[in-house]
Amino acid sequence: MNKIKFYLKSFLLWELLLGLKLTGRYFFKTKITVQYPEEKTPQSNRFRGLHALRRYPNGEERCIACKLCEAVCPALAITIDAEPREDGSRRTTRYDIDLFKCIYCGFCEEACPVDAIVETRVFEYTFETREESIMTKEKLMAHGDVHEKQIAADRAQDAKFR
Amino acid sequence: MIELLLSIWNLVPEALQILLIIILKVVVIAVPIMLAVAYITLAERKVIGYIQVRIGPNRVGPRGLLQPIADGLKLVLKEIIIPTNANRFLFVIAPLLALAPALACWAVIPFADGWVLADIDAGLLYVLALSSMGVYGLIIAGWASNSKYAFLGAMRSAAQMVSYEIAMGFALVGVLMAAGSMNLSAIVESQSGSFIHWFWLPLFPLFLVYFIAGLAETNRAPFDVAEGESEIVAGFHVEYSGMAFALFFLAEYANMILISILTVIMFMGGWLSPFQGIPGLEALFSFVPGIVWILAKTCFLLLLFLWFRATFPRYRYDQVMRLGWKVFIPITILWILVIGVGVMAEIGPWFD
Repeated sequence: MNKIKFYLKSFLLWELLLGLKLTGRYFFKTKITVQYPEEKTPQSNRFRGLHALRRYPNGEERCIACKLCEAVCPALAITIDAEPREDGSRRTTRYDIDLFKCIYCGFCEEACPVDAIVETRVFEYTFETREESIMTKEKLMAHGDVHEKQIAADRAQDAKFR
Repeated sequence: MIELLLSIWNLVPEALQILLIIILKVVVIAVPIMLAVAYITLAERKVIGYIQVRIGPNRVGPRGLLQPIADGLKLVLKEIIIPTNANRFLFVIAPLLALAPALACWAVIPFADGWVLADIDAGLLYVLALSSMGVYGLIIAGWASNSKYAFLGAMRSAAQMVSYEIAMGFALVGVLMAAGSMNLSAIVESQSGSFIHWFWLPLFPLFLVYFIAGLAETNRAPFDVAEGESEIVAGFHVEYSGMAFALFFLAEYANMILISILTVIMFMGGWLSPFQGIPGLEALFSFVPGIVWILAKTCFLLLLFLWFRATFPRYRYDQVMRLGWKVFIPITILWILVIGVGVMAEIGPWFD
């Protein structure tokens, strides 16, 4: 009896029709494609994108050249040189992040005692020459200045979990 | 103006006139086929995309409608690379051998009552002969490339074509017995009456076998073992690029349309209206020309081709052979006997 049932099913292509029914239903489902340049998926406030160096509200740069980020960086992407400034405070003279080495783990941000180095929500950037892949101190500061409002808002939102 | 053109036309010698008219007819058939092939590639990507919950190409032109043009342009501009140890002559001629039979078959296809380029009485034989020619293109391509993957693909497609050709031929024998003619127009005429007079009902197993064997003949999923991109890279056309590759592509899709339209002609009543014989609807739809019906039915079968590709995984090679030899051929032979009995006993409404 089972054998007859099996033959009947296979000659009527029953399983194949079930498969066609399934894919046929998917044909009419709502499509989930995000059409990227026009549409974007929502971002978390913890998104780890391109780095930036921040300033205090009075314009003084936050980084005190403690080199904790350099030490914690698992990809050895950060290079820091430091010297006392004219007023005697300790500041960096060089703060380079090699974006080809960086793995965007966010450890530098976590290690920073003064919230100076941060990762922003910016993820759409390209390089045309190898030199551009190094984020120098000037570029990091400038990037921080542009996005300061968003950076501060994201940190404030996350403050109670830190 | 028209009189002037007519007088010029009358100056042309009569033999040349006939030739010109035939060429014009060929162009009228071949150009829409090429366009249809181009747009089936788009339809395929769209349908498969939709089934995979994507939206498919939509960047080139409105809703992606210019995508096939862009693809074609890309292929035309690309270099044709001939491998060092390839047989140059066969390598170049193989794509043409694949495409030419696919297009030549269209000569005997009746698109509507009387709309046929060559109304020959051995139409069915002509179609059988030419559709088995196509495989030579693939075999020669695989052999001439001097690549082991191409050669494997060629071997596979040769074995597959030979096995399925038989089942397909037997299915056509069934049609031939039921219709009592080899002329494709006469086959369609013998199905007239109503929806249930069409041959899909009395020849249902042959209808399925023919369509599935057609899938195998055209190397479409789930029978695309000759291409088998996950096993043998791309099969017989690994070494092809540019326009030579495009010709294989054209041949595959032209064959797809051909198999669909042949199935429509032989099993689904060709250009006959599905509402024929139904009192109210027949008059209501009598204004629709036959070509619309045949194209609509063909489009439906083409959709099935795409739907199958999106649904079924590829057959394993030995299973393809088992299905061809141990299932299809017995079924077709058995059903030919059944039809024979039906024709002898003149069972209505099909065989009387």
